[in-house]
Amino acid sequence: MGKVIVVTSGKGGVGKTTSTAALGAALAQTGAKVVVVDFDVGLRNLDLVMGAERRVVYDLVNVIQGEAKLTQALIRDKRVETLFLLPASQTRDKDNLTPEGVERVITALKKAFDWVICDSPAGIERGATLAMRHADVAIVVTNPEVSSVRDSDRIIGLLDSKTLKAENGETMEKHLLLTRYDSARADRGDMLKVDDVLEILSIPLLGIIPESMDVLRASNVGSPVTLADGRSAPAIAYFEAARRLNGEALPVVVPGDKRGLFGKIFGRRAA
Amino acid sequence: MNLLRFFTRQQSGAAARERLQVLLAHDRASTGDSELVTKLRDEILRAISKHMEVDADKVSVKLERGIPVSTLFVDVEIPHDAEKKAA
Ligand SMILES: Nc1ncnc2c1ncn2[C@@H]1O[C@H](COP(=O)(O)OP(=O)(O)OP(=O)(O)O)[C@@H](O)[C@H]1O
Ligand SMILES: [Mg+2]
Repeated sequence: MGKVIVVTSGKGGVGKTTSTAALGAALAQTGAKVVVVDFDVGLRNLDLVMGAERRVVYDLVNVIQGEAKLTQALIRDKRVETLFLLPASQTRDKDNLTPEGVERVITALKKAFDWVICDSPAGIERGATLAMRHADVAIVVTNPEVSSVRDSDRIIGLLDSKTLKAENGETMEKHLLLTRYDSARADRGDMLKVDDVLEILSIPLLGIIPESMDVLRASNVGSPVTLADGRSAPAIAYFEAARRLNGEALPVVVPGDKRGLFGKIFGRRAA
Repeated sequence: MNLLRFFTRQQSGAAARERLQVLLAHDRASTGDSELVTKLRDEILRAISKHMEVDADKVSVKLERGIPVSTLFVDVEIPHDAEKKAA
């Protein structure tokens, strides 16, 4: 049985879709079977970031409504054999996502894939709650600024109450992914510190992704950053985050930090 | 930075423009691609079934959008004994 991950944030535009694609491609490059699922019905974007937009015929809503089989809707990546995309619908609205339908699709995907990564829409409405509903693991994507941290806190509350795991009395495994981290601003002291965010949100750190032009370039050409330029700083950070998801205990390095060893945050787990 | 990296960097904006042109042309036309593909799939399946027995799940019809033409891919899995069965 595969693991279901939800990539969520509450706040919009923090890097959920970028992270879903980058982590999905990183995990798939190790040979694992990975499907990335776009839950942003009406505003799909994951197909663009994956560079599969020309090949979308059927989508998640078609499968849920019984208009297409799951196998017809899955799009195999042209670069990594074990990477697949299940696109969202561009034309229908979120009401077409029924809880029963989503359950059926996720159950089927879990049987066929090692990782099922769900790209959540922003907000705390139906699309977001359905995307997190069946998750085993949650990645909370946060930017180091006050409104994003506040929204992440809200999302963590939902993860602990509105998911199947929560309803069954289990605890959801949650990880913080700090994205768009700008080391120049951090040096000037104009940004929330990593430690501050960790202390406030009290969930373990999966990685810190630097703010980088490489992310924009990758999205321009329709490639997850971990495929477009594997040696770029954001790609390296995503590769390391993927290894941590796989259970490796790698130390997290704060981007641009020149203090060397002292800058490393090792196994720092919030209480 | 090596040369290849430098070269691809120059092109990413142009690549973005080209991709968007194709995408928006199809988005705006919104000709109901998925319905068309479903219809084609059903009819192709029916045509093949006249001659041999095929599993409906083993017929996949895919579309790749482009400008000025799009490409339709038809993929049919034919078992070795299909012709016999149909006879
Ligand atoms: N590390 C980064 N460096 C630079 N730009 C980034 C980075 N991460 C994301 N971006 C940019 O930020 C924008 C929003 O990213 P993305 O679409 O991944 O966010 P999202 O959380 O999925 O948004 P939404 O809530 O609208 O779904 C995009 O233009 C993306 O290229
Ligand atoms: Mg998104």
